[in-house]
Amino acid sequence: MTPTLYRPGVQAGPDGFAQLLRAEWVKFRSVRGWVIAMIVAVLAIIALGLGPSMTGTCGKNGPASGCAGPLGPGGEQVTDSFYFVHRPLAANGEITVRVTSLTGQIPTISGTGMRTGLMPWAKAGIIIKASTRQGSAYAAMMVTGGHGVRMQYDYTGDLPGLAGSVSAASPRWLRLTRSGGTLTGYDSANGTRWTRVGTVTLAGLARTVPGGLFATSPQYAQTSAGLSSVSGGPSRATGVFGQLSLRGGWSGGGWAGSAIGAPGGPAAGSPGGFAQAAGRLTVTGTGDIAPSVSGASGNGVTIAQTLIGVFAGLIVIVVVAVMFMTSEYRRGLIRVTLAATPRRGRVLAAKAVVLGAVTFAAGLVASAVVVTLGQTVLRNHGVYVWPVTALAEVRVIAGTAAVLAVAAVIALATATVLRRSAAAVASVIVVIVLPYLLTVAVPILPLGPADWLARASPAAGFAVQQTLIQYPQVSNVYAPSAGYWPLAPWAGFAVLCAWAAVALAVATYLLRKRDA
Amino acid sequence: MRFLHAELVKLRTLPGTVWLLLAVVALTVAVGSITAAAVACPASGCGLDPARAILSGIDLSQAVVAILAVLAISAEYSTGMIRVTLTAMPRRIAVLMAKAAVLTGLVLAAGTVGVLASVLAGRRTLPATSPAPYSLANGADLRAAAGSVLYLALIGLLALGTATAVRDSAASIGVVLGLLYLFPVIASAAGPDWSRHLQQIGPMSAGLDIQATTGLRSLPLSPWAGLGVLAAWAAAALLAGGLLLRWRDA
Repeated sequence: MTPTLYRPGVQAGPDGFAQLLRAEWVKFRSVRGWVIAMIVAVLAIIALGLGPSMTGTCGKNGPASGCAGPLGPGGEQVTDSFYFVHRPLAANGEITVRVTSLTGQIPTISGTGMRTGLMPWAKAGIIIKASTRQGSAYAAMMVTGGHGVRMQYDYTGDLPGLAGSVSAASPRWLRLTRSGGTLTGYDSANGTRWTRVGTVTLAGLARTVPGGLFATSPQYAQTSAGLSSVSGGPSRATGVFGQLSLRGGWSGGGWAGSAIGAPGGPAAGSPGGFAQAAGRLTVTGTGDIAPSVSGASGNGVTIAQTLIGVFAGLIVIVVVAVMFMTSEYRRGLIRVTLAATPRRGRVLAAKAVVLGAVTFAAGLVASAVVVTLGQTVLRNHGVYVWPVTALAEVRVIAGTAAVLAVAAVIALATATVLRRSAAAVASVIVVIVLPYLLTVAVPILPLGPADWLARASPAAGFAVQQTLIQYPQVSNVYAPSAGYWPLAPWAGFAVLCAWAAVALAVATYLLRKRDA
Repeated sequence: MRFLHAELVKLRTLPGTVWLLLAVVALTVAVGSITAAAVACPASGCGLDPARAILSGIDLSQAVVAILAVLAISAEYSTGMIRVTLTAMPRRIAVLMAKAAVLTGLVLAAGTVGVLASVLAGRRTLPATSPAPYSLANGADLRAAAGSVLYLALIGLLALGTATAVRDSAASIGVVLGLLYLFPVIASAAGPDWSRHLQQIGPMSAGLDIQATTGLRSLPLSPWAGLGVLAAWAAAALLAGGLLLRWRDA
């Protein structure tokens, strides 16, 4: 429909959404303070991320002091320490054993001694491994402290077998057969009726590989008071084996014991050992055969560490985003804006697009610089930074920029609803920064409310920065304060977007309904 | 005295003052009792500080106090009222002092109600397995409760001083909340030495040490010294705000 013009000589200007975007962009860039504030936000993110406030000793005392653990067959960081009672197996063969007991010791609460206690992921059983080198391929059948019989392989693989714990009254039979590169695990409750648990193919097995019995028990960590602060120490597990039978290419010599990956030094404690008596083999070990985890039972920081300045940038961006709307009300410009564009929803949409795009661009520059350079700074200061894939790094950088952009849109919508700068700025900072502060930075909240905040508050969006994987077969405090969010990266970001969508919907409704 | 009356009338008639004061009370109580109810202590022992849990609502309600304090001065700038005020009362420092006194009175009142209600509610919701019952008859618990009220008042003064210096309400509240929240966030990502220093100088992390009743030895600062750090921040902000108010055109 052509509008009727009061001066027929003047052509109607274009009035599409593109023009609206251009108008809002001109409004944004013509306020020097906002442009400067955006630059300040970028600089704050970079400065806080590159400021070397953290130091470590990794790699500082020669090549042997590097903190990187062994790498598994899949290229991931692994823990590989256990007590290994082994003999060579040439070509194909089979090992069968009965386990009658799995007991353990864990550190006392004071951390000075040991007391009786079994870790849920304490493990004892039979294993065939490519070599005694840490991180080499393996397949194992084992009884565990609290998760029944498992077949595990190559660190990340985990298959369930018989449930229930092991005891003299209720023993478990385990069997592992090798045929070339293929290993098959069986379990049985009586030694006659066998169930196949799984079959795996290990890459690069030599003809002769070590195989035998093992025991290990992971680092003990206790959360005090249901809080996320943790203490702990190494634990031990002891397995008792009997009715051992070997078939196939096993060598005829005796058993050799090795503590694989035993930490050196006097503080490390006993690495374990084994004893043979009256047809029984007792193996004690400490450590774990599992993917490495950060946090309580591990060490190092993630690349999200370099992005801590995002919170300073976020506060500046929220202030600008709120002013982008409230300054229209204060100066009365909103009446001109709405007279020029009576479809008010489109005004808000145009503002959101301009603000979101500007913030995304600023955030992208800042986080790209800080993630790439910040890792180098941290490593140069001897801090172990968990390696990530290039794809994850791109996701963290783009995701952080997107979180900033969506937060700016939430601030814009809140400002439209409240029309008061102070209340709008405070509300947005409180709903985004405070949950992060209480769940991640200073975890003073009990785990229940902390978990709920990390799932449902807008701070869930910071899940997009997580690069660590949670493994069900590794006990750890998987709390946001250790870098583990309850939601997957993009699911957390979707929660933030849902908040933005609700805020925008309310803002659009009120902007249409109310007088300006 | 007339200064005080004038400032009280202005603050009372601001749209939202009553709501903000009610929000201080409501948020302090709600967050505190939810947190206290969620405390789960294993039988083996509990390192949780019951006072911190019961009074955790302060973490949130301080933001509302900051809004109130910022509005007390920036509302005058946004409406041009400040010129009338300074014409009627040319002693500018006295105007700021009167504002500070009225604001402190209101925040102390709301804070006292909020903290007392939190203590009453929190004592009911804190599980029986908590290491020690929370009681105002206990010296440390009383210090945590009374100190939390003072903490809110000092946050109000810090925000008032900042807003007097910055003048724009959005920028002032951004600066205040940045000062409060950024220190502990950045401390969490810093190494142990830096982290401790940041917690010692941050107005929120130092000031909230007043709530600690357990593990006092591992605190970066003793409770009263921590509140003293916040008081120093508030004094510095008021001084900067007062001097700028005196030197600048309104």
